[in-house]
Amino acid sequence: MFARIIPIVIKEFLEIRRDKSAQFLLVVPPVLQMLIFGYAASFEVYHVSTAVLDLDHSEESRELIARFTSSNRFDIVKVAQSQREINESIDSSAAAVALVIHAGFSELLRKGQGAPLQLIVDGTNSNTALLALGYINTIAAEFGQDYVTDLTQRVQGVGGMRQVQVTLQQRPWFNPDLNGRWFFVPGVIGTLTLVIVVNLTAFAIVREREVGTLEQIMVSPVRPAEFILGKTVPFFLVGLGEVALVVAVGLLWFRIPFVGNPLVLLLGTALFLLSTLAVGLLISTVCSTQQQAFSTNFFVLSPFFILSGFSFPISSMPLVLQWFTYVNPLRYYLVVIRGVLLKGVGTDVLWPDFLGMGAIAAALLALSVLRFRKTLE
Amino acid sequence: MRYRRLKAIAVKEVLQIWRDPRSLMIALLLPFTQMFLFGYGVNLDLKHIPICTFDREGSQRSQALLKRFQASLYFAIARNVATYEEMTAAIDRGECAAAIVIPSDFSERLNDAGAAAVQAIFDGTDDNTANIALGYAAAVVSGYSSDVRLSSVNRQGRTLEQPQPLAVQSRVWFNEDLVSRNFIIPGLVAVIMAIVGAQLTSLTISREWERGTMELLVSTPVKSGEVMLGKLVPYLLLGWLDAAFCLGVAALWFAVPFRGTLFTLFLTTTLFLAAVLSIGYLLSVLIRSQVGASQIALVVTLLPAMLLSGYVFPIDQMPAFIQKLTYLIHSRYYVTIIKAIFLKGAGIPELLMPILFLIVYALVVVVLAARAFRKQLA
Repeated sequence: MFARIIPIVIKEFLEIRRDKSAQFLLVVPPVLQMLIFGYAASFEVYHVSTAVLDLDHSEESRELIARFTSSNRFDIVKVAQSQREINESIDSSAAAVALVIHAGFSELLRKGQGAPLQLIVDGTNSNTALLALGYINTIAAEFGQDYVTDLTQRVQGVGGMRQVQVTLQQRPWFNPDLNGRWFFVPGVIGTLTLVIVVNLTAFAIVREREVGTLEQIMVSPVRPAEFILGKTVPFFLVGLGEVALVVAVGLLWFRIPFVGNPLVLLLGTALFLLSTLAVGLLISTVCSTQQQAFSTNFFVLSPFFILSGFSFPISSMPLVLQWFTYVNPLRYYLVVIRGVLLKGVGTDVLWPDFLGMGAIAAALLALSVLRFRKTLE
Repeated sequence: MRYRRLKAIAVKEVLQIWRDPRSLMIALLLPFTQMFLFGYGVNLDLKHIPICTFDREGSQRSQALLKRFQASLYFAIARNVATYEEMTAAIDRGECAAAIVIPSDFSERLNDAGAAAVQAIFDGTDDNTANIALGYAAAVVSGYSSDVRLSSVNRQGRTLEQPQPLAVQSRVWFNEDLVSRNFIIPGLVAVIMAIVGAQLTSLTISREWERGTMELLVSTPVKSGEVMLGKLVPYLLLGWLDAAFCLGVAALWFAVPFRGTLFTLFLTTTLFLAAVLSIGYLLSVLIRSQVGASQIALVVTLLPAMLLSGYVFPIDQMPAFIQKLTYLIHSRYYVTIIKAIFLKGAGIPELLMPILFLIVYALVVVVLAARAFRKQLA
C-alpha cells in the first residue's frame, strides 16, 4: 500500500515545486492578508473626533473639557460657539461626539444639584458609539467623584464627612491592555489556513479531472483510498507549513504572546487541517470543472468564516445559526488557537474542541472516499 | 459609436447570461444567500453576557449587588462558584466572559471605611466584548453605589449634600437604539454589490477568449467602445435588480430605517455599479481565463470590501498608511454614502465628496479597461 501512496505524494510535491505561481500564491498573499487584516480589523476606539460647546466658561467646565483633551480616547476637533454649530458638526460627520456644557453648570455643580453634561453621539456605528459612551461616562464619573472629594475636603478638612461608595476594579485577564490585535490575529491565522487548504485540495483534484489525468491514475492499480491519502498528505504538510508561516508573522511582527504548549497547538492544528482537507475533498467530488469548484468554495467558505466567532460573537446569533457553528471546523480551531496562544490552556480544557474537529474530519473523509469511488464508476 | 451595433452586442450578452447557469447563479443566488447569512450572522449587540459570580462574603449586601447583575439585561449569570480554582476553570473554558468577585470583607469595609471595591475579572481574549461588558458592569456597580450612599445618608438622618455631582444626559443620533444591524446591513449591501458586480463582468471577455469567439468578434465592424458598452449594459440592468433586491431586504426585512431619498440612492448606486462592473471588465480583459479572472476578481473585491471599506471596522481607527490605502477601495465611498442615506437621510450636497471620488474612480477604471482592450486587439 505504501509503495503506491508514496509515488503520488512525490508526484504532488513535484507539481508544487514546478509550479512557480503556486509557490508564490502559497507565501505572498497569506503574508499580505495577514498584515492588512492585522492592521485593519479592530474594534478599538481611540481619538474619537469630538466637538465641544462651553457656554459656562467657568473653571469647572474648563477642567471637565481638559479631562477629555488629555484622554487619548477623545480628540477635540471643534470648539463650537453655538448649538447650531454643534448640530452641524455631527450632521456632517466632522465630529462623532459632541459635548455641551450649558450656562450655570458650575453653579449647579457647587450646589450639588446634578450639573448636566449634555452629550450627542453619532450612533451610526453602534459599536464605536457604545464604547465612546462608556469612556465618557467613566471620565464624567471620575470628574464628579474628584469634585466631591475635593469639595468635602475643603469644607470639612481631611477626614471629614466621608463619601460612601462602591467601586469596580477591572482585571482583564489574558489580554491586559485589551489589545484588539491579540484577538484578531489568531483568528486570521485560522481563517487563512481554512481558505488556502480548502482551495488547494479542491482545485488539485478537480484539475486532474478536468485535464483528464484522473482516468490515467485510475487505470493504475491505485485504490481510491490510497489516491486520497496520497493527495492529502502533501497538502497536510503544506498546510502545516502555512500555519507555521502565519503564526510566525503573528508572533514576530504583531508580537502576539504564545503562552501555551506548542504541542497542544500542533495537535489542534493537525485535527483542523484534517477537517479542512476533508471539506476540500468533498467539494472536489461534487464538482467537475474548476469554475464549479470556485463558486462552490465561495458558497461554502463564507458561512464558515462568518459563523466561526472570528469577530462576531456566536452568542449574539440566532439559535439556528448557532447550531450550524457546531459543524464548522473553524469554530473549534479559533477556540484552540486563541486558547493556546493567549490563555495558555491545555487539552484538559480544549478536548471538546479536539473532539469536534476529529468528528468532522472522520465523517467528511469517510463521505468523500465513498463519493469519490462513486464518481469513478 | 453606432446604436445598432451596440444593441447587437447587448442582445448577444443577454442571451449568453441567460444560457450560462453560472452567471445567473451569481446574480441571483449569491445576493440572496449572503444577505441573509451576513444579516443574521454579523451582529455586535451584546446581551446576556455569561458571567459567573464569586461571592466570598455571602452577606445580604453582597447578594443585593449580585441581584443587580442578575436583573440586568446585559448579563446572564452562568454559574455561582465557591472557589478561586472553580472560577479560573470557568474562565479558561470560556463558560463565562467575566467573573464578579466580592471580597470577604465587603460589608465590613463599606461600614468602616465607607468604601469597598468589587473585582471584575474579564476574559480579555475578545477585547471588544470585554470592553463593552466592562462598561455595563461599571454602570451596574455605580447604580448600586449611589443607592447605598443614599440609604446611608438617610439612615443618618441628614440630607444628601451631593446626590449626584454630574448628570450625563446623552442622546444618540441616527441610530437611536444603537442597533448594530442598522449600520452593518447597509454596508453589507455595498460588500455584496462589489463582489457580485465584479464576478459577473470578470467572465465576459475571458469567455470570448476561452471559447475562441474573440477572433469572430474582432472580425466584425464593431468598435472597442461599442463592445465595452454593449457588454456592460446588460450587467448594469442585472446590477440594478440585485441592488433593488438587497436594498429592499435591508429596509423591509431587516427594518433598517431609510431616511434618504430614492433618487440619491439610485444615483449613487448606479455610479458604484459603474465602478464595480468596469473593474470586473478590466480584469476580464487582462486575464484570458475565466477561472483566473473570477478568482482575481474575488481577491480584489471581497477582502478589501469587508475590511477596508469601513463596513464594520471604522476607518478612522486604522493606522495612517492603511487609511490612505482605503482611498483605493471603491466600496469605501459607497459604504459611506449608503450609511449616510439610510441613517442620516443625507442628500447629494452632503455626499458631494464621496460622489465625486466615485465618479473619478469609475472614469479611471473605464479608461483603463478601454485602453487594455484596444491593446489586446492590436
